Amino acid sequence: MSLLEIEKLSLTIGATRILRGVDLSVAPGEIMGLVGESGSGKSMTALTAMRLLPHAARATGRVTFDGIDILKATEDQMCALRGDDIGMVFQEPMTALNPVKTIGEQVAEGIRWHRRVSRAEAEERARKMLDRVGLPVAEFPLSRYPHELSGGQRQRVVIAIACALDPKLLIADEPTTALDVVLQAQILDLLRDLVAEKRMGLLLISHDLAVVTEMADRITILRGGEVMEAGETAPILSGQSHPYTRQLAQASMHVPARAKTRAANGVAPLLEVEGLRRDYAGRRTSLFARGPVIRAVDDVSLSIAPGQSVALVGRSGCGKSTLARMILALDKPTAGTIRFRGETITGKTEAQLRPARRDMQVVFQDPYGSFDPRQRVETLVAEPLHVLEKQPSPAERREKVRQALHEVGLAVSDMDKYPHEFSGGQRQRLSIARAIITRPKLIVADEPVSALDVSIRAQVLDLFAELNQKLGIAYIFITHDLTVARAMSDEVLVMHAGRIVERGKTGQVLDHPQSEAASALVAAAPDLHRAIARRMQEQG
Amino acid sequence: MTAYLLKRLVIAAITLVVASMVVFAVLEVLPGDPARLMLGMNASADQVALLRNQMGLDAPLILRYLHWVGGLVTLDFGRSYTYSVPVIDLVRERLVVSLPLALMALTLSTAIAIPVGLFAASRQGRAGDAIAMGTAQLGVAVPNFWFALMLIYLFAVWLRLVPAGGFPGWSAGAWPALKALLLPAVALALPQAAILARVTRSALIEVMNEDYIRTARAKGLPYRAVLWRHALRNAMIPVLTILGLQFAFLLAGTIIIENVFYLPGLGRLVFQAITQRDLIVVESVVMLLVAAVIIVNLLVDMSYALADPRLRGRQ
Repeated sequence: MSLLEIEKLSLTIGATRILRGVDLSVAPGEIMGLVGESGSGKSMTALTAMRLLPHAARATGRVTFDGIDILKATEDQMCALRGDDIGMVFQEPMTALNPVKTIGEQVAEGIRWHRRVSRAEAEERARKMLDRVGLPVAEFPLSRYPHELSGGQRQRVVIAIACALDPKLLIADEPTTALDVVLQAQILDLLRDLVAEKRMGLLLISHDLAVVTEMADRITILRGGEVMEAGETAPILSGQSHPYTRQLAQASMHVPARAKTRAANGVAPLLEVEGLRRDYAGRRTSLFARGPVIRAVDDVSLSIAPGQSVALVGRSGCGKSTLARMILALDKPTAGTIRFRGETITGKTEAQLRPARRDMQVVFQDPYGSFDPRQRVETLVAEPLHVLEKQPSPAERREKVRQALHEVGLAVSDMDKYPHEFSGGQRQRLSIARAIITRPKLIVADEPVSALDVSIRAQVLDLFAELNQKLGIAYIFITHDLTVARAMSDEVLVMHAGRIVERGKTGQVLDHPQSEAASALVAAAPDLHRAIARRMQEQG
Repeated sequence: MTAYLLKRLVIAAITLVVASMVVFAVLEVLPGDPARLMLGMNASADQVALLRNQMGLDAPLILRYLHWVGGLVTLDFGRSYTYSVPVIDLVRERLVVSLPLALMALTLSTAIAIPVGLFAASRQGRAGDAIAMGTAQLGVAVPNFWFALMLIYLFAVWLRLVPAGGFPGWSAGAWPALKALLLPAVALALPQAAILARVTRSALIEVMNEDYIRTARAKGLPYRAVLWRHALRNAMIPVLTILGLQFAFLLAGTIIIENVFYLPGLGRLVFQAITQRDLIVVESVVMLLVAAVIIVNLLVDMSYALADPRLRGRQ
């Protein structure tokens, strides 16, 4: 007997068909993994089960939850179900909580609404629930506001809200995508325990095949609104008989073909960082006093040879982005020196930095937020050219843009388009084109593929590898994703609490981590091979 | 929190000082000699000079400024040239009319705007929204004096519910006095309410697209409950900002409205004082209005911190 039964669900929003005949079921105590790339209709499937679809959406088919026909139920019936029998956890913990209400109020609200109990009773229950999700009252009183908590802690609050009334079904839509790997492992453990403890059904939505394989009893693979394959996790992933499943599995383990590092002996280093430190003034605690200084980067030294690719890995908040910003001369170090191409760049004025800026470029994580939506590709890609000694003529400029677009695999005709006309992967190609147009010696890439789907991610990684070979660009990859580090780098630097705690050849560090921080990252990183092997044992 | 408040207070104080300099300077350069005006066109140059000396008008600029500011601080606003009574008495007499009027208008406009904004936002894109926002658009466009005349025609001339103008004084009892202020308050409040309702609506609609609204819906709260409990407080920040800015327009509006309704308020006082070159009254009243606007905006800044806990920790 299924708890949630979705049969032949089709969904249109306006003239766009989002889902076509989706079948899916979740039994009590079962974890169903729903996998697919962005736009495949995963979230819309979940929102249909909650009936929280946008106004313009029209659904046909049958959705039954616990004997209730969801598509035909009244809004009052749905309100009674939501939060009581069905709980939902969302992707973005930073924005999923109301900033002006305390966490206690937000957890207790659903309890009071559904159970009509007194405030004190609801708060008592909220306290227990927060304690259960790992936020003990002694440290996290109910009076805390969301902005006083970290991302991982906020996601725990969201889980507490969703599970406060022991729902029969929990829907988790990409619950860990915004978190670093160590937090991801903790949150997944928590979800697994809660499901076992309360015999909830869990519909786990993710784009990450490894995460779903580790968690789910059965999986459903969605593409373009259609179910590609569904069934027990172990046979589907070990067999990989369906071409799309195979494509997804291969893409998520993709390692670009890269020539081994050129021997860098005797060559002058491209970048040298010595004793770098960055302090931030502490938060003002009263009118005349500040809290202790926050040391974001603490005595970091490193050196990168021309053409070398280095991964800087660490958990969120470990200081990797601050370090990168200082290397890019976008932030001033408190102490220490940075030498680029043999010249010291610390303490220089913006005019003196110009030649150095030409040789270093950056690629950001979010391919959507890093372009002005009102400018054409030609203008956007040509932007870094203003650091050149001699400004190119319009014709030369166009030629340079054409060349850069060609190198990243985009069409010349794309030059006159606007950013919204491109997909996420294409936009990341645009970011790369913008980065290579000045022919830099170093590119700093801050989580360059973490916002991309696996198949797109494989292509973008290939592009990075190819440009590394062809143009001899050195990379600093900032990432918490060890698959990216393994695929792209010769050397790994592991950062923890502002310090570099471990460094060495990529394979060496990732296979035999020595430091505690590196071991934690390696242990928490989802790994498809390992997950399949474990599933095979469990499911036979 | 204390640091935030202190910073706001310091900024408010600086604004007040700068405003006093500007007010003083502007009136100094205006043509027209008050002494000459008081004595009439036939007075001799000696008489004028004597009076100027008595009034302290021949002292150096900086001394006169300091004298004036010192007076303001000790509530000694000087003597009116035309009425020959202390300005403070004039102001006090008029303030008991204008202050209740402004407060009534402010309360009324908020009391109308927020429910209308909530109503329109909850029916976004539907007929109710269109009607509410169409009416609000009309309210923004219609000048308040014309609106005041229509109100007088309807409620005073035709229905004879309230007096058409004038003010019986508070000594005549609270109800007759309030009744006299009712129409002017409505005339002042409605255009303000129209703007505020539009701001409330758009702020609410923006907030309703936030992720935490979805979280609240997923808890099982019906749409209306989410609007009240979660969206309204988050939408208050832009609404409060506009409310603070509108207060200045409200004060400017009283000058017109008090003239339409023959109310002996500050607005009429300042209007008459300007036509009679009664500079000392003009300066004092304008400074008073400036101070009122600054204080209201200080209150708005403080209410931000009440509305949004994230501001409490900040400087």
